[in-house]
Amino acid sequence: MTAKLLRALVYAGTVVTVAVLAGLVGYILLNGVPHLEPRLFEWEYTSENVSLMPALVDTLLMAVLALVLAVPVGVGAAIYLVEYARSSSRFVALVRMTTETLQGIPSIIYGLFGLLFFTTVLGWGLSLLSGACTLAIMVLPVVMRTTEEALLAVPGAYKHGGFALGAGRVRTILRCVLPSALPGILGGVLLALGRCVGEVAALLFTAGTVAQIPDFAGEGILALFDSCRTLAVHMYVLASEGLHMDETYATAVVLIVLVVVLNTAANFAAKKLKEEM
Amino acid sequence: MSKSKFKETAARVLFAIAAAISILAVALICLFLFVNGLPAMDEIGLTAFLFGTTWKPVSGMYGIFPMIMGSIYVTAGAIIVGVPAGILTAIFLSRFAGKKAASVLRPGVELLAGIPSVVYGFFGLMVIVPFIRTTMPGRGFSLLAAAVLLGIMILPTVITVAKNALDAVPKSYYEGAVALGATHERAVFNVLVPAAFSGIMAGVVLGVGRAIGETMAVVMVAGNQPVIPNSIFDGVRTMTANIVLEMGYAADLHRGALIATGVVLFVFVMLISLLFGAIKKRGEAQ
Repeated sequence: MTAKLLRALVYAGTVVTVAVLAGLVGYILLNGVPHLEPRLFEWEYTSENVSLMPALVDTLLMAVLALVLAVPVGVGAAIYLVEYARSSSRFVALVRMTTETLQGIPSIIYGLFGLLFFTTVLGWGLSLLSGACTLAIMVLPVVMRTTEEALLAVPGAYKHGGFALGAGRVRTILRCVLPSALPGILGGVLLALGRCVGEVAALLFTAGTVAQIPDFAGEGILALFDSCRTLAVHMYVLASEGLHMDETYATAVVLIVLVVVLNTAANFAAKKLKEEM
Repeated sequence: MSKSKFKETAARVLFAIAAAISILAVALICLFLFVNGLPAMDEIGLTAFLFGTTWKPVSGMYGIFPMIMGSIYVTAGAIIVGVPAGILTAIFLSRFAGKKAASVLRPGVELLAGIPSVVYGFFGLMVIVPFIRTTMPGRGFSLLAAAVLLGIMILPTVITVAKNALDAVPKSYYEGAVALGATHERAVFNVLVPAAFSGIMAGVVLGVGRAIGETMAVVMVAGNQPVIPNSIFDGVRTMTANIVLEMGYAADLHRGALIATGVVLFVFVMLISLLFGAIKKRGEAQ
């Protein structure tokens, strides 16, 4: 009797999760897909046609810039932790503690910090660069942790082989260890990308909400200091204005599709790593 | 030889600098939050700031007690809504699901984890809020709406961590229970779940961290009145919402008070992650 009851309980809980998942995704798709019109993908954003194209391009620019900043640092830090540091050192303990701290900080705090530091003290204003630097700090622990896991998964024999052939430590790491950890690192990069794509709170006060693509052709490098809005910020602005609900649904669909594509790619990369090892 | 030695040392130093960046980042974040927030707290008065019940920047009243309570209420609500379903789903995935069901459900949970909070917020705005408005008292924008939405948002966190904890229980525990005549269900609930308890709790604490730090989704459904709610149908404002709603135009002491709200939020999150660390350590010790 209790056995049946317990089983029913487990099934009921699972049904709730499935219903929520199906309800949420289904609702957004049903309401959004019919409104995915070509005019939403025009290059100009106007008050009549709230095109999501500029925001889509801005998302790409913002995420790529954030990753260009975060990935070398994150991978370098992970290499240090795995290949160089003695795990008992005080420095390593401090690095681990701060990385965990970074992971737990809410994105609005990152937004506050970005506003105080990049936007105000460094004087970069509401800009692509301020936003990207803020995001870079936010995703740094993600890149670090996944890279560390990927490096640890590489069999020690690879490293010993490198040493046995007379290669130095750097050469061994860069030529023998890092390449085999690459799929795992890539998975981490894609996860970080997903976080950049979905972020709003950290960007509202650092990158602003201007619905334009920074004019790199006209302004050159100075376009880094243009304000821009990513797709998630675009959606938030549309939803809070409340004037363009159909377009908001459509933007939500594009966001969900982006996230699914990134997640699938990250899983695929992780699987590849496992197969290789 | 000396050239390659130089290369080795240079690489070592570069990698160490990369590792030091996260220390630098945390130091900078603390520095800027505290330098900008503490003077405001001091000017308002610590007690007036933390325990004042009136937030009226135009008249120079900066009490964030309603927001502190708001964050606590909303987070507690999210736990009540999200944790039971989350743990049960984790048990299902770990011990009941067939291969086929698991292969559908697992990517689904990952999808839930990946959906941006603004999409959740929009769903709450279009579905949960109108539903509460038509079937219950109040305007729909409420503590209840925020709690339900956050409960959904912490599901994937709770499920993933709890499932990993359940999967990590040694096989012999289950086999021993079944050998003693327990049914599958009893073995799972009376042996496996207690064995994985600290891991499951770690998932709950991680969910709490996510709920208390969530901003955009809450702003869109909670109503945001800076008053302690009298019922779950009243509007509520969290600390995160307080910052994001007013930071855009705040100046001087008002701005300082918002940054100080960030400091309080930061302290809350630190306490939660200390708790998480302690629970994890206890689990590892077992």
